[in-house]
Amino acid sequence: MLVPNHSVRIRDLTLTYGAITVLRDLNLDIHDGEFLVLLGSSGCGKSTLLNCIAGLLEPTDGQIFIKGRNVTWLEPSERGIGMVFQSYALYPQMTVRGNLSFGLKNARMAQAEIEARVAKAARILQIEPLLDRKPAALSGGQRQRVAIGRALVRDVDVFLFDEPLSNLDAKLRADLRVEIKRLHQDLDNTMIYVTHDQVEAMTLADRIAIMRSGKVMQLGTPDEIYNRPQSKYVADFIGSPSMNFLDGHYERGTFRAEGFQIDMAGYQLGAPQVADRPAILGIRPEHVATGALVNAAPIKGEVTVDLVEPMGADTLVWAQVAGKPFRIRMDGQARVVRGDRLTIGIDPSKASMFDAKTEERL
Amino acid sequence: MATTHEASAIAESRAAPARRPMRLFRNLSAKIASLPMVLVAVVIFVGCTVWTVVHSFTNSRLLPKLEWDGLSQYERLWSTPRWYVSIENLAIFGILSMIFTLAIGFVLAALLDRKIRGEDVIRTIILYPFALSFVVTGLVWQWILNPELGLQSVVRSWGWQSFTFDPLYDADIVIYGILIAALWQGTGLIMCIMLAGLRGVDEEIWKAAKIDGIPTWKTYTHVIIPMMRPVFVTSLVLIASGIVKVYDLVIAQTGGGPGGSSEVPAKYVMDSMFAAQNLGQGFAASTMMLLSVIIILIPWAYLEFGGKKRG
Amino acid sequence: MADPASLNTLAALDPVHERTGSVGDMTGPRGRRPRRAFSRANIFLYGTLILVSVYYLLPLWVMVMTSLKGMPEIRMGNIFAPPMEVTFQPWVKAWAEACTGLNCEGLSRGFWNSVRILVPSVIVSIAVASVSGYALARWRFKGSETFFAILLIGAFIPYQVMLYPIVILLRELGLYGSLWGLVLVHTIFGMPINVLLFRNYFAAMPEELFKAARVDGAGFWRIFLQIMLPMSLPIFVVSMIIQVTGIWNDFLFGVVYTRPENYPMTVQLNNIVNSVQGVKEYNVNMAATLLTGLVPLIVYFASGKLFVRGIAAGAVKG
Repeated sequence: MLVPNHSVRIRDLTLTYGAITVLRDLNLDIHDGEFLVLLGSSGCGKSTLLNCIAGLLEPTDGQIFIKGRNVTWLEPSERGIGMVFQSYALYPQMTVRGNLSFGLKNARMAQAEIEARVAKAARILQIEPLLDRKPAALSGGQRQRVAIGRALVRDVDVFLFDEPLSNLDAKLRADLRVEIKRLHQDLDNTMIYVTHDQVEAMTLADRIAIMRSGKVMQLGTPDEIYNRPQSKYVADFIGSPSMNFLDGHYERGTFRAEGFQIDMAGYQLGAPQVADRPAILGIRPEHVATGALVNAAPIKGEVTVDLVEPMGADTLVWAQVAGKPFRIRMDGQARVVRGDRLTIGIDPSKASMFDAKTEERL
Repeated sequence: MATTHEASAIAESRAAPARRPMRLFRNLSAKIASLPMVLVAVVIFVGCTVWTVVHSFTNSRLLPKLEWDGLSQYERLWSTPRWYVSIENLAIFGILSMIFTLAIGFVLAALLDRKIRGEDVIRTIILYPFALSFVVTGLVWQWILNPELGLQSVVRSWGWQSFTFDPLYDADIVIYGILIAALWQGTGLIMCIMLAGLRGVDEEIWKAAKIDGIPTWKTYTHVIIPMMRPVFVTSLVLIASGIVKVYDLVIAQTGGGPGGSSEVPAKYVMDSMFAAQNLGQGFAASTMMLLSVIIILIPWAYLEFGGKKRG
Repeated sequence: MADPASLNTLAALDPVHERTGSVGDMTGPRGRRPRRAFSRANIFLYGTLILVSVYYLLPLWVMVMTSLKGMPEIRMGNIFAPPMEVTFQPWVKAWAEACTGLNCEGLSRGFWNSVRILVPSVIVSIAVASVSGYALARWRFKGSETFFAILLIGAFIPYQVMLYPIVILLRELGLYGSLWGLVLVHTIFGMPINVLLFRNYFAAMPEELFKAARVDGAGFWRIFLQIMLPMSLPIFVVSMIIQVTGIWNDFLFGVVYTRPENYPMTVQLNNIVNSVQGVKEYNVNMAATLLTGLVPLIVYFASGKLFVRGIAAGAVKG
């Protein structure tokens, strides 16, 4: 028997409702102790996948393994998972203590053991003073902490988070995000985390799985996802403000577009030989050099400022390149107004190039 | 990499439960708990209805028996004058009570929706008859419409000697006497439903109409009423399905009189089955009632559910 | 909007204001617009509503007044007038002495029959409907929606269509004519509306709560009893109101499925009032009518807005 070094494995998972396919032949391996984020826009199937792992939805086909055990037909409570929901889903008529111990009581655990576990979880999450309150008397952050505690007391290997921070305001969200990260570092459990917020994904994840219409588009570390997106969809989805795309042709080491051309010498191609073809060049607004940095950039050009959006820390400048809007992210202290001529520099090694037809990375 | 995947997948699948739990026994508690509902749906609503329809083609009299008799019960039914009186009454009563209940219900709801003082009190007053049974309703209106001691005699005592209003003793207008009582009992419900519908209208619609300078009545006729179509449809279905069942009210208020002039189909069915010991007639007449409900329901179901699927 | 007249005056006065140093065009309409308490629209609105209220209250008034009068006064006077001499004799007679045919025990027996029918019917029908609604909302199985659709359509089938086959079924079960047979019938015909109510209520409860309970290892009954029930008091009250008034007011099933000694109050009331024997005692009849209407009226006035919510919930379904 093989020693499983995978915590959760998903094999050929398919889920269909009549004619609608929500998940199709999905395969995913999640390492022991890994923090995996399922990221995608709404309707991409990320929550459905999580619910399948939890056993709350029954797949049409495929298998799910947790800790080497085939759990495909097991009840949620038999799978060794804990789950935290977006709406907290605390039982309103029970106290915090009751919420934490409900699952343990259902498993007919000894009273002393229940108390010990509740006490431990309450200590870790610093909710000891709240144990005898009802959920209605808690703030949003406290409620979410109790919800995490409910997963914690189960002492399981895999934690599932279904958009746990979406109902909180921005400041609290940032605080709890740090806490979840700390919790993961302390506990070393496997965590699967669903979100549509790319900041949460980038900050929390060991690896991110970007999903679209029931499929994993790219699975990789935040760094890979950000710097080497494997498709135009991923490149467009990650990054805010989003990437600029220029239509043109790739011809023998050069990207040609209407009115300009860029020597792609510094760009690392995915394959040793790339034939000439229509292509899309993607450049992140923050990778466009301005001011003194322009001199260091291999490619230079000049644009006219159309619109300025000051955002405090930095300023987003809109211009036109090859007849299409082009975003440039500048320092917040930069003073630009509409109509200014701006010299910009581009570094092909930081750009991404995609096949115009398949939209896959070249 | 692919080979290790497969190898470990095989190893893992060995640890899987040997057999998938049988379909029938999954969620067994839920299925047991739903058993009463399933039985009611299948045995009562489908089974009993089919039974009655089938037996309407037999010559059952005192006891039901499956002796095929073709359409003769229906031929007999449609040659009985009392049946004609019944359906004529039902048609008059039905059409008028639909019109009046909808109109009065909507107008009252619109008046109550004008942010008036004492809304709760007035709504309570208009709705309380709905809590009373048709028997109570019928009896109290029988008393008020009593020509010797009721409304008519009071008006005459005020000096209008020729005043005549005795619907319960006049075969030509007796159905209107029943209508008055039915409206008194039922409009409150429709008003409440309409009021709920009006409250469901987005407040901003009113603001927009006010800024556009549209008069209130025009806002109602051109904006609000079209928006409330589903509420009207629901009300109409409720009224219609209640009308077909009208029985208690007639029994209590007139007993079908005077001279059988206020007969209704439901009473015809009851009398055939339990008094005249002519079950076949009762089954045939009740099948006709079912048919009329189906004729009302199909367009509604089409509007309500057919439209949704396409949209 | 400022009205033109005041704008004109402002313009004329402006130089003066300039000189006196007051703030130019800030003297126009200010604050609350004066409003007449009795505008024509208001008089029409409230007038209509008061007239309507009188119409709806009149029968209740007539019932109460008539029931408090003696027969001689009724024969003389006007049904709307209050009694000159208040007597409670009609109430006593209606309750204890009024006759149906040869039996002269008054309405009291019908009242107690109705109570004995009402209590088990309400409990059984709500228990069954709530569990079915819960199963439909959260534990769908193959065909469950079809059965539910049949149930809803069944609500529109005229009762007369199903009356006789149910007589046969009850006879087979040995329940025909007994109180328990009627309890069963009320449970059956209360199902469509109540299952719908409970299903919609449970379906509107957050789904994640249900999921959390399943992750916590709770099954069908435990989730129902420990999670759902404590949160659903309002819908139980609504359903109870519907059932209490509906069952108390029933006439048809009482006539068809019970023997005369088990007749509910409505049936007995009809038999007393519409009996052809003897002299009509209108005061006793009205007292009997009021007595019969009392239970649903008390439920109605005590439950206030919940009653409205209940019937609206039943009608404007989600």
